[in-house]
Amino acid sequence: MDNLSLLWGGLESAVTPENLLWAALGVLLGTFVGVLPGIGPAMAVALLLPVTYGLEPTQAFIMFAGIYYGGMYGGSTTSILLNTPGESSSVMTAIEGNKMAKAGRAAQALATAAIGSFIAGTAGTLGVVFFAPALADVAVRIGAPSYLAITIMALVLVTAVLGTSRLRGFIALFLGLTIGLVGLDLNTGQPRLGFGTTQLADRLDIVVVAVGIFALGEALWVAAHLRRTPMQITPVGQPFMGKDDWRRSWGPWLRGTALGFPFGAVPAGGAETPTFLSYLAEKKLSKHPEEFGRGAIEGVAGPEAANNASAAGTFVPLLALGLPVTATATIMLAALQGYGIQPGPQLMTEQPDLVWTLLASLLIGNTLLLVLNLPLAPLWARLLRVPRPYLYSGILFFASLGAYTVNLDAFDLFLLLVFGLLGLAMRRFGLPVLPLVLGVILGPILESKAREALAISGGSASGLVDEPLAVAVYAVVALLLLAPFVLARLRPGRPRTDGRATPEAGERTDDGELVDR
Amino acid sequence: MLTATRALAAAVAAVVVTVTAGCGVTRGDASRDLAMWIPNSPGGGYDQTGRAAVSVMEHDDVTGGDFEVTNILGAGGSVALTRLMGAAGDEHTLMTMGLGVVGSAYSFALPFKVTDATPIAQLIEDQEGVLVPTDSPYESIDDFVDAWRADPAGIAVGGGSSPGGPDHLFPMQLAEAVGIEPSTVRYVPYDGGGPLTSALLGDKIAVGFSGLGEFEGQIAAGELRVLAVSGEERLARGPAADVPTLTESGIDLVFTNWRGVLAPPDLSEERRAELIAFIEEMHASPEWRRALEDNGWTDALVTGDDFGRFLDEQDARVASTLEEVGLL
Repeated sequence: MDNLSLLWGGLESAVTPENLLWAALGVLLGTFVGVLPGIGPAMAVALLLPVTYGLEPTQAFIMFAGIYYGGMYGGSTTSILLNTPGESSSVMTAIEGNKMAKAGRAAQALATAAIGSFIAGTAGTLGVVFFAPALADVAVRIGAPSYLAITIMALVLVTAVLGTSRLRGFIALFLGLTIGLVGLDLNTGQPRLGFGTTQLADRLDIVVVAVGIFALGEALWVAAHLRRTPMQITPVGQPFMGKDDWRRSWGPWLRGTALGFPFGAVPAGGAETPTFLSYLAEKKLSKHPEEFGRGAIEGVAGPEAANNASAAGTFVPLLALGLPVTATATIMLAALQGYGIQPGPQLMTEQPDLVWTLLASLLIGNTLLLVLNLPLAPLWARLLRVPRPYLYSGILFFASLGAYTVNLDAFDLFLLLVFGLLGLAMRRFGLPVLPLVLGVILGPILESKAREALAISGGSASGLVDEPLAVAVYAVVALLLLAPFVLARLRPGRPRTDGRATPEAGERTDDGELVDR
Repeated sequence: MLTATRALAAAVAAVVVTVTAGCGVTRGDASRDLAMWIPNSPGGGYDQTGRAAVSVMEHDDVTGGDFEVTNILGAGGSVALTRLMGAAGDEHTLMTMGLGVVGSAYSFALPFKVTDATPIAQLIEDQEGVLVPTDSPYESIDDFVDAWRADPAGIAVGGGSSPGGPDHLFPMQLAEAVGIEPSTVRYVPYDGGGPLTSALLGDKIAVGFSGLGEFEGQIAAGELRVLAVSGEERLARGPAADVPTLTESGIDLVFTNWRGVLAPPDLSEERRAELIAFIEEMHASPEWRRALEDNGWTDALVTGDDFGRFLDEQDARVASTLEEVGLL
């Protein structure tokens, strides 16, 4: 309870009308810069950071927290409305969110994202308040073997999203894994799939891949069909979340939060893995799995909560150990140092007031984000009523600008176009996009963690299972793989006990389940 | 962390674009303008050194013209080096570089080496350190070297750079200096100081090799211990001050991560002399003294032909180390 009173002290000193005004200003600025396609939260925070210099420390923190949450939420907004994710952790949001937007449910998608972010951000910040120093010590123990096991679990779960055609699903997955191979081999220093160019010597940016395939591919597809199909008008739906939306969102919010926070707290974690673990989990648990891929609200609520909880979790290693683990955390570290805070082992004991003010500011920024942006969601949704040709030209302009400004190299525009053409081809031949994106994200993680674990153990396979968490996760993987077989063996036995014949394939069981043989 | 640096770079690039677009007015004579290329992301080591040098030269108006600083990212500096080679005869371009770029030219199999450019000057050097977690059984560098000699393949060591980078070259050259076959060393590459720190704190690896800047917090807090520093003399300041050098412990190795400035190939003798004079004038400035002090860099000015000979020697040393390890 000691921490709680300290946090309360931080809140008391932070909540003044003037400070709230700074927070509101920060949220608005952050959101507006964050919604520019191609500008992710990290970049939005970096661009706006200088605005906060020159303020009193408390005001600077509060405005900064507003910018931070505003920038994150702005990134989700573009993912949902325009299909242009600004960073790798909002890629999953784009998949269902944009489908919802196309079906006239943009306002609901934005609302569930905003509320989910609020719940996850608040719970995550409280998690930092109570557990930061203790958690940090445990978290550094979790290394490559555990992370490898979790990635393997994610890959096993990917089979659930391969789509109706397994063949096409696997083609897309392996395309993604191949794209993930591009770049320098970290262990031997050999360039792979570089085609002799130095520009391909580093890993491809998942944002360029995703924006190319999602946004550019779609624009090209629409352009290719302009003459044959009439322009579709996006239906204008309800402005707010209905009862059903609430009922279907709260579970994913809580589960996403629970998944995201630990990943943020582990230095090797990263924000992408929890977002798609949440997506896959929601699809498995959903009563309407057929809606996934067509705009399921659970597929927005879960990943968004996971993303924000993970972002809050990154404060654990950042504050307790001085370790930045994501792009945004790297900018935060620079920001904190700019405010005279030196994150590290001594921070919590040496400058406690600053830490509590910062954490209180995060809570305030998060709350104001919800207050300001929830009413704005129906307004943002109206953006989609811009006539399609202008909307698509705008998307193309900002996507290109975003790709170009990273390196000021025209080669990146060429890359964007290549992935746009790939996206067009995938639509033409009915290849699902999701397995490809997961391949691009999971492939490199899988490889680097496997090789790190093996490099540490000197090539001995025992290095893959020398952490308790890794063993536990492998047990879950084994369960996931074996359960269907075990269940299939148990089921035919059940009807015989009550003297009835096994139902034939295609018939329905008593439970109304279709028997699949 | 790759994405981290890229995002940061993008942000700063965007700011730079906005800012440079805003000021199209040139103070001085355009023919005296210079470009400074930085081969890694904003905030990185080359970036700090290059920008510090430029700001001193601008402050003292050394060149009479303007500077334009551009970060050219990619392939450990190879992208920037390739562009520098393509700018042969360009008298208005400089590039900040260092030991890492020497190695990258090999690991990325470039058709040229850093020695093919025009050497201008070495500016600074940074010491590397040998780091262990506090509960490590190694109390001194001798403890570690003895254990390492006994079982080089059994001890996992790590560094913050991929093969060919300074944190990889240092343990390999240390191994060679104490009579261990470098190819038997179990080296685990990490993507920078952050992941390396968590690997050390989590006892994933026994020993880490890296520049000390990113570890000052942990060293001061007593969570990491420095067994030795790699330079000629002990560090004067900071939490690793008074840690013994390798040579004090009887190991014949001095290893520094240095940084300097190159110009494109095929420069006229006069222009080369002029560029060297700029750097010398900058070096004499009190502003530069302050930059050295603020960043904890060791002054190491070597210019012109002397720097050229130093580059030849470094290039040969990197090549032979990479060959020993079997990476060439």
